[in-house]
Formats: sequence, structure tokens, C-alpha cells
Amino acid sequence: MTSSLRFRAAVVSIVLFAAFLGIWHLATRSTGAVGNMSPEYAKLMGLTATQGKSAMPGPLDVGAKLWEHLRQPFYDNGPNDKGLGIQLGYSIARVGLGYLLAVIVAIPLGFLIGMSPLISKALDPFIQVLKPISPLAWMPLALYTIKDSSISAIFVIFICSVWPMLLNTAFGVAAVRKEWINVARTLEVGTIRRAFTVILPAAAPTILTGMRISIGIAWLVIVAAEMLVGGTGIGYFVWNEWNNLSITNVIIAILMIGIVGMLLDQILARFTRMVTFPE
Amino acid sequence: MTDKFISIEGIARRYPGAGGGETTIFENLWLSMNRGEFGCVIGHSGCGKTTVLNILAGLDQPSEGAVIVDGQGIEGTSLDRAVIFQSHALLPWRTVLGNVAYAVSSKWRKWDRAKVKAHAQKFIDLVGLTGSEHKRPSELSGGMKQRVGIARALSITPKIMLMDEPFSALDALTRGTLQDEVRRICLETGQTAFMITHDVDEAIYLADKIFLMTNGPGAVLAEIVENPLPKDRGRIDLHRHPLYYALRNHIVDFLVSRSKTFAATGPITIRATCRLCGRANRNSSLHRQTRIP
Repeated sequence: MTSSLRFRAAVVSIVLFAAFLGIWHLATRSTGAVGNMSPEYAKLMGLTATQGKSAMPGPLDVGAKLWEHLRQPFYDNGPNDKGLGIQLGYSIARVGLGYLLAVIVAIPLGFLIGMSPLISKALDPFIQVLKPISPLAWMPLALYTIKDSSISAIFVIFICSVWPMLLNTAFGVAAVRKEWINVARTLEVGTIRRAFTVILPAAAPTILTGMRISIGIAWLVIVAAEMLVGGTGIGYFVWNEWNNLSITNVIIAILMIGIVGMLLDQILARFTRMVTFPE
Repeated sequence: MTDKFISIEGIARRYPGAGGGETTIFENLWLSMNRGEFGCVIGHSGCGKTTVLNILAGLDQPSEGAVIVDGQGIEGTSLDRAVIFQSHALLPWRTVLGNVAYAVSSKWRKWDRAKVKAHAQKFIDLVGLTGSEHKRPSELSGGMKQRVGIARALSITPKIMLMDEPFSALDALTRGTLQDEVRRICLETGQTAFMITHDVDEAIYLADKIFLMTNGPGAVLAEIVENPLPKDRGRIDLHRHPLYYALRNHIVDFLVSRSKTFAATGPITIRATCRLCGRANRNSSLHRQTRIP
């Protein structure tokens, strides 16, 4: 029954996708010659004016362009013309670095907050104030102090992904079942060993959930950050293609951002499943 | 006063009350147990039974008094005192073997893997879980989980085994089987055990000494009943023993009525009010008054 449900769901998905493509195609197709123009003038005006074609590219244009990109993802023709693969690579590298830094800071600090009510109370006002700040608001400060746009982007990723991880780690650690702690206590397990053998595995699902939220936010923010700092990356690519008025490329970039975001989320989801234990 | 293996000396537990005063859960609690004895505490909910056990385990501290085990005042938890938790408290991310091995490797830190495993396996076999070593707690029934809890507690060869209503969440059949196992193991190994229960029959079957506590707050230890039934008692013919009903009625009477009125009537209780006990007393020392003023 479940496989049949999956099959039916897949059919519905495909039908919906086909319908979307069909409507898109119909809405952007050429409607035939519009009025009489001298051929020379028509040549200057392009299809939009002469054939009634929408300025929005149709699915076929996007498909052709996408194929072009996929065939050659890593070409490099100078600063403003790099392959999609290279641009995505830059973005993923920035997200990866900033995210890794956030993991290194947030998880030990979260452990500390979760295990010590004193630290928890002492740091609470700072966290409450810092957490709601839009990561991009840090950008000028980062640019001014770090004086390097690329590292500033990494810093912005760091600052945006640190909070969900920190709060979830602290919550997960503080919510470890008392009885498991008591088991460790009656076995005279030391603090360090207890942290690694009881608290870490017990809190791991909550920590991983925080990490999953963080990677999602980091991927959202990197596009905006790269639009600001420029140079490389998928965010910069979107903005550059907008300046080139290449809506086709913008659509392709949007699609790619979605796919990479999904992959990142799936990777973290898989890790979460690995550490989740049935009760 | 010789060979008091466990001696609880005048402990009390008080919490700050809502109105600035203090709420006393229990107070002036004295009891002692010899090596190899099985003690059961019976009392209604809220009389502080679990707190007494937690103090014995070192998980909680008394507000007054002290606990002495094997000649030493206890401070904090110890591998000498193993706890079997009501909710079994197995680590769900570890297998059966992993849970027992965790305790073993906590006690003997220098042992290598193979030695830890062999030792853990011995206790898994002892509680009858051979073949389930690599299952996770979520794959086990309630009774099997509690068996793992027992194996974990026994594996560190503790001086005392502390049990907090270990079978209360189990069905009657499983409970019976596990009581048999615990009794067998304790008799075979000479294990000293201290158990909290709600179940009068469980106490009669397992315990050498039954500690009756009055209702909280302000609970006290009212009586220590020494079990007059023979050591080799079996579950099947337990209720046929001539002293069984006298003992049972005495405890049930206590739980039904005297656990409430004990405090009101003051520190000196009148045993004569209990007709059935009087009868039992002629036969042996069914119980003795132990309230210390």
C-alpha cells in the first residue's frame, strides 16, 4: 500500500510539474507577428516587439541554457564569467567554513550553558539581544574590522548559524533525562566521561536539529551576503545576471540554489537519523 | 547493635515551604540492616520512600542525620551501592550488552574490552537474557528491560542493591517471575538489598525486614516488621503458611488505617489494638517497636 501511495504521489507530482511547464510555456510563447514593421526596424527590436513574445524566458529557453551550463559547469572566462559549478562551489565553501566555525563555537558553549544554570542565566541577556539581529546588519561592521569581503561573508554565515545550534544544544543538554544522569552518577562516572557517554548521545538528536536549522539559514543568508560582497558565489551570480538582464540565468540560479539547499538539508537530515534513538 | 551493615541514623528531609516555613517529608528515621538482608520499605505515596532510597544511593542528601554503610558515612554516590530504577533507566542508544558493559567499565576502568564483555555477558546470562545482547532497549519488553537494569546493577558487584519500585510498571506475571529471579540471585550471592514497594505480597515474599512508614508530610518510620516466614519460602505455597495472613493483615491494616493515625497518636503506639498481630506475636517476634523518641 505504501509503495502504491508513493507511486501515486509521484504521478501527481509529475502531472503538476508538466502542467506548470505547460502554462509557463503558453504564457511566454510568441503570438505571431505584431503589426507591420520594416524588417530592419524589426531586427533592432527583437522578438519581444515583433512576435509578441514575453520578456520572460519560456521553459524551453531555460532548459537550453541549463543544458549549456550543465555541460560546462567549471569554465572560467575571467571575473564576470565563471561556470555555475565554480560559483556554487564558492558559496558552498563559504557556508561550509562559516558553519564549521559556528559548530566549533556553538556546541561546546551550548554544553556549558546547558550544564551550568549560572552560565545559562549570565549569558541569557546577551543571547536574547544578539539572536534577533539580522546577520546582514553585521556586514558593515565585519567589512570595517576584517577588511576582507570574502572573510566578512564567512563571518556573516558564522553569526547567523551560531544561534540555532547554540540554543538547541543548550536545550538538549539541559533536557537530558534525570534518570540517565543518575545512572552515570551512581556509576561514579566523571564529568568529562559523563558529557561524552551520556549527555552527548542523549542530546545529539536535538543538537542535530539545531544544526539542520542552521544550515538552512546559512544557505538563505549566503545568497544575500554574496549579493553585497560581490566577486564570486551564486548570490553574486544572480545579481550579475540581473545586471546583464539575463532572466534565464537568474531562473537557473534560483533553481540551483533550491537544489543545493535541499541537498544540504538532506545531508543533515541523514545525520540526524543516524544519531536518533528509539525509546 | 553488632554488624550493622547499613545504618540510617536519624535522617530527615525538609524542603523550604511555600510560606517561608519548612515542609518536612520525613524525620527522625532510624533503621539498620545486616549484611545479606533484604529490606523492604512500604508506605503510601508522598511519605518519602524514594527520597530515603535516593539518600542511601547518594543521589540526595539528608537535611539531618547520617547514613553509615559498612562502617563508613556515605558521601555522594558510590559504585558500592547500585540502583535499579523504577523506569529501568537504560541508555536507549546502547545495546543490552552496551548498557551492562557501561557499568562494568565504569567500575573497572583498566579492564580491556574483552574482559569487560565477558564480565557483562556473565550477568546477562544470570538474568536470563542470553541471546538478546545486541538488542536495543526499545526492542525489549518491560520485563526484559528491567532484567537488564538488574544485570547492570549486579554486574558491578555492589555491597547493596537499591531498588525503587522496580516491578511496579510490569504486569503481574512478569512481576512474579522477576521477583523469583531477584530472590534467587540475592539468596545465592548473599546480596544485601533495599527495596521500595507498594505491594504487600512482594514485601512478604522478598523481605527479611519490612519497614512501615506513616503518611507524609512529616512521615516517620512506624514499625520494623521482621518477616517470620521461613527463608526457603516459595511463591506457590507462601499464602498457605500459618503466619502469612497474620503478617499480611498486619501490614494492610497499617496501610489502611494506622499509617494515617500514627502521627496523631504520638510516638508511642499501642500494639494491642492489632488483634492479629497479638496472635502472631505469640509464635515469634513478628514485629517489634522501633520508634526511637
